[in-house]
Amino acid sequence: MSRLQYLFLVIFLLFFVSKSKAKEELEAEEEFSEALLLRPLPDRKVLAHFHFQISVPPTQTYVRHHHLFPKSIYQLVQKFRIRELELSFTQGRWNYERWGGYDPISSSVAKPPGVELWAVFDVPKNQVDSSWKNLTHALSGLFCASINFLEDSTTYSSPEWTFRHSGNSLRYGTLPREAVCTENLTPWLKLLPCRDKAGLAALMDRPSIYRGSYHSQKLHITVKEYGAVESNSGIILQQTLSVVLQPPNLGIPSKSKLQPSWSLSSLFGREVSGKCILSKSSHVYIQFEQNLVSELKRLEEATKASNTEVLSSGFSSNNPSFELSVSPNRVIKEVASSDKGTSVLFEFSVDHYRDLKPFDLKLNWKLPASWSCEQAPFHVSRFLMGSGNERGAIAISLTSTGKNVYKQGATEGGVCHFRVNIFQFVPWYVKVYYHTLRIYTDEQLQPAEGLVEKMRVSPSEDKVSPGVMEMVLKLSCGVKTAALTLEFDKGFLHIDEYPPDANQGFDIPSALVNFADFQTKMHFVEDDSLENAPILSNLKETRPVLAYTEVLLVPLTTPDFSMPYNVITITCTVFALYFGSLLNALRRRIGEEERLLKDKERRKGPLTMLLSRLSAKLRGKPIEPPEPSSSSTSSHLVSRKLISKILLVAGVAAIWQFYLE
Amino acid sequence: MEQSDSKQMKPLRRFNFWKWTIISVIFRIILIYFSQNLNFSTRPEVSTPVTSLRRLSEGYWLKQLSMSPYAGSMYHGSPLLLAVLGPLTVNKIAGLPSHILCSLVSVVADVFSAMLIRALGQHLQLRLKSFQLSGLFKQSELLPSGDIAALVYLWNPLTLVTCVGFNTTPVENFFIILSIYGASARLAPLAAFGWTIASHLSLYPSVLIVPVILLLGYGPDSPPRKLSLQRETVKGMHKGSNDGYPEQNYVINQLPPPTLSWRPVLSFILWTSIWTSYILILCAVSMKDHRGLPEMFRKSYGFILTVKDLSPNIGVLWYFFAEVFDFFRNFFLIVFHVNILFMIFPLAIRLNHRPIFLAFVYVAISSMLKSYPSVGDSALYLSLLALFANELAEMDYSFFLFCGYVGVSLLSPVMHNLWIWRGTGNANFYFATAMAYACFQIILIVESVSAMLNHDRKIQKLCTQQTIELKDRKIQ
Repeated sequence: MSRLQYLFLVIFLLFFVSKSKAKEELEAEEEFSEALLLRPLPDRKVLAHFHFQISVPPTQTYVRHHHLFPKSIYQLVQKFRIRELELSFTQGRWNYERWGGYDPISSSVAKPPGVELWAVFDVPKNQVDSSWKNLTHALSGLFCASINFLEDSTTYSSPEWTFRHSGNSLRYGTLPREAVCTENLTPWLKLLPCRDKAGLAALMDRPSIYRGSYHSQKLHITVKEYGAVESNSGIILQQTLSVVLQPPNLGIPSKSKLQPSWSLSSLFGREVSGKCILSKSSHVYIQFEQNLVSELKRLEEATKASNTEVLSSGFSSNNPSFELSVSPNRVIKEVASSDKGTSVLFEFSVDHYRDLKPFDLKLNWKLPASWSCEQAPFHVSRFLMGSGNERGAIAISLTSTGKNVYKQGATEGGVCHFRVNIFQFVPWYVKVYYHTLRIYTDEQLQPAEGLVEKMRVSPSEDKVSPGVMEMVLKLSCGVKTAALTLEFDKGFLHIDEYPPDANQGFDIPSALVNFADFQTKMHFVEDDSLENAPILSNLKETRPVLAYTEVLLVPLTTPDFSMPYNVITITCTVFALYFGSLLNALRRRIGEEERLLKDKERRKGPLTMLLSRLSAKLRGKPIEPPEPSSSSTSSHLVSRKLISKILLVAGVAAIWQFYLE
Repeated sequence: MEQSDSKQMKPLRRFNFWKWTIISVIFRIILIYFSQNLNFSTRPEVSTPVTSLRRLSEGYWLKQLSMSPYAGSMYHGSPLLLAVLGPLTVNKIAGLPSHILCSLVSVVADVFSAMLIRALGQHLQLRLKSFQLSGLFKQSELLPSGDIAALVYLWNPLTLVTCVGFNTTPVENFFIILSIYGASARLAPLAAFGWTIASHLSLYPSVLIVPVILLLGYGPDSPPRKLSLQRETVKGMHKGSNDGYPEQNYVINQLPPPTLSWRPVLSFILWTSIWTSYILILCAVSMKDHRGLPEMFRKSYGFILTVKDLSPNIGVLWYFFAEVFDFFRNFFLIVFHVNILFMIFPLAIRLNHRPIFLAFVYVAISSMLKSYPSVGDSALYLSLLALFANELAEMDYSFFLFCGYVGVSLLSPVMHNLWIWRGTGNANFYFATAMAYACFQIILIVESVSAMLNHDRKIQKLCTQQTIELKDRKIQ
């Protein structure tokens, strides 16, 4: 007994030691951090942007145990040799006009409706497609979504330069109609070390986050290669969830100009009861964007607040126009750059909050403020033209938002130009006539040669590949509106190719418009503290200004789904009518011809006579006695003929048999 | 009586063919000027995926971007047509509709086709007159079937719509007629050229090789060849009798010898191989950078044979293949195409003495059963039908058929509009009109074939009577 106890003790000790050792090693390596960024939006809504990041540094060993990093994702990366991957599930449409389209957050949050997946592979060119197909199946299983529909070669494409400069190893596919719900969120949360049990993820009360106007969950994998050896790669997994929520009106009349006050508990119905223990950093941020900041400054000056020290100290949390229930740990101001104002971030650490003392941040507005978000240089929209189910036209229109583009535009020969990249993907049943491309600027038809700097078209092939158009438009800086139209014919599908709700129509995925000359990032003072907050270092990265257009719903004509048997039988009847009646007309004989035939019949051999007698008996008619005119020679001849015929048939049969075997 | 009849007929015969031709051309040009408003070019009855010039200009545009014109599933025609008509779709004359150059090509093709049909009719007329079969016909004088057929071609609403409808059907029809004309005029190189180009452009005219060879070998339509076998016996009898009965009064004596003249046939085969290799070389040169000839065959003939485009047309195959189970698709593809091929030999055996009529039947059958039919094909066979106005005078159901064609051509656009544009109709409504159209075409083919066979029987009867008469006279 004592011996057994001793053994147990030894085993336990060994286990403990090894585990603690492993923990020591790995905790130094794998990092998890969580952050939540809240931003009041001009239309009385609030954007909540959760950001979780897990990183694995490069290791030498191939098989390894992960402490924080989800094993499924690691295996995915290893198996398909992914260099970069982004998967987003989005419900609703990002409102570029009200919620902004230029700053780093909105350009990373805005995603097309449904599922969007793109991946860059580190495999030889000819294996990219098969890797993509396997990846879609794996992701489909991981996230309980129909991502496997992206396997079909008609649903994905490989944009060459508008999307991202990655050569031929990039694949891009979208499923505009995919419904996003908790079944997709649960597997996504499973990848987090604390799931939604602790930390900031505990705020994700399902009814409240799916109540919002916009919901986008995203998974981004970056594999940083340090050397040529693949096992040397460090992987960064970023998971973000962005929701646009409507704060409940707490006794404020809806017509009041005052922005609604909100708190974490009123937005989510929950409070933060401390950080996820495994996370390295856990912060909540409130961001006031530059236009709001300047508006608040204006308000401050207008009210001429008595304490001038606030003014002198600049912007702080105790402003006359709003009030924060918790004083921020830090106020991070963007470095003022030449072309734009500065935005302000209030940082709150949730480290020292516990169950008994939950963290519930509240923002109270005291003065009405109105502002507008920073816009992309052009507002992009896409629509269908024409009626009926035979043909139509796609139009993409760019309307200037009044932003000054002269700074970013490249000046060429004294004329200011800037480039707009358009990437459009159409399914094969929308048969686009690319030669009908018309470009209008300021409502004037322009020759395409002058405006299109570069264009790549890969026309759709029926049931094989989609139509992809990539184009670089070169617009002069003074252009107010630009539009391009493409005509198309609607295809007709086989009944098996229609989805169950065929009359709803088919979706054309969003086009992607990339303002190539515009880039956005946040400028912060270089500081060690930024290193601890991956969300901030993420915002510091330079990003292209992108805009996704609307998803188009194209109604296609449907055949009658209940008719296949009727159609087959009726068509075959018509064919039989044709064949039978024409053959009948050809072989019909009357009058003399019939008599001629009878004469021939008289000169027939014994076998045919027997046959005719048999058939006559079967028909119940009296046998016509054939005239005994056949001479011996003729009968001999006929029999010889007959024998040769039989021999021929037998020979053919023998050859047939021989060759068949 | 006869003289007065001929006096009445003469103004009819010279009913100003040229005047009506010129009027038809002017009418076409007026229609072309308003073609933007008429919008015929997008009608499924007029332009099919194979013949649409809109698709051709897409192919030309792709080619200008140094891509394969067959990239994507837009263009399915010939690369040569692309080189000829492609620049015309781009060039525009200021102040005129953008498609005017291509439409003028169609007008020219239509006029030339009509002229060739007229010449074809004159060949038939000459042949008919040489047999002195006038006793067979009710009218003492033969109708000028060539003029009638040419004017039917020029004034047929279906031809007019096709000509204005911005597609390549007029050009294809022209080459079909050219091959028949060349064979009937015994110009083997011309016949070979027409046949090669026509089959290259739309594949189905390749079945016309049978009537073209028969035409070159035996000459234009004549009474059954079997009758001329009796000639020898009649001649033998004639030598014995010295009754001064004029020899040429007998039909039999004017019959052509029943032998196939091999020289034009061989020269046709030679010229066909020359033209075919020439065209293939040209195609290979133009497809050199785009995966060569196999790509062309796959995208043009493969597209026709596998019925890949299921957009509605006036044929019956689109709806069938949209509904049929995928498992049986290949089987039915074979069945439907073999239906065209199966009838080639029975018809050729039965109608080998009437090659032009045989050509008409083949054209009618293939335009009924082809995968992407259009009204332009119907216009062609209807005008060829008019060439036999004399022989087919006793055809049954002609009024019924006329009413059917008118009814279908009015109902079909209505049903299409209801289904596609208004969404109130159903695919079955439109398909029903396509079925009705197919049935009317079947009746037309069957009735015309049986009327022609009856006509031959009549001639045979006449000849036998004459032979018997002769025999009786000899016995006396």
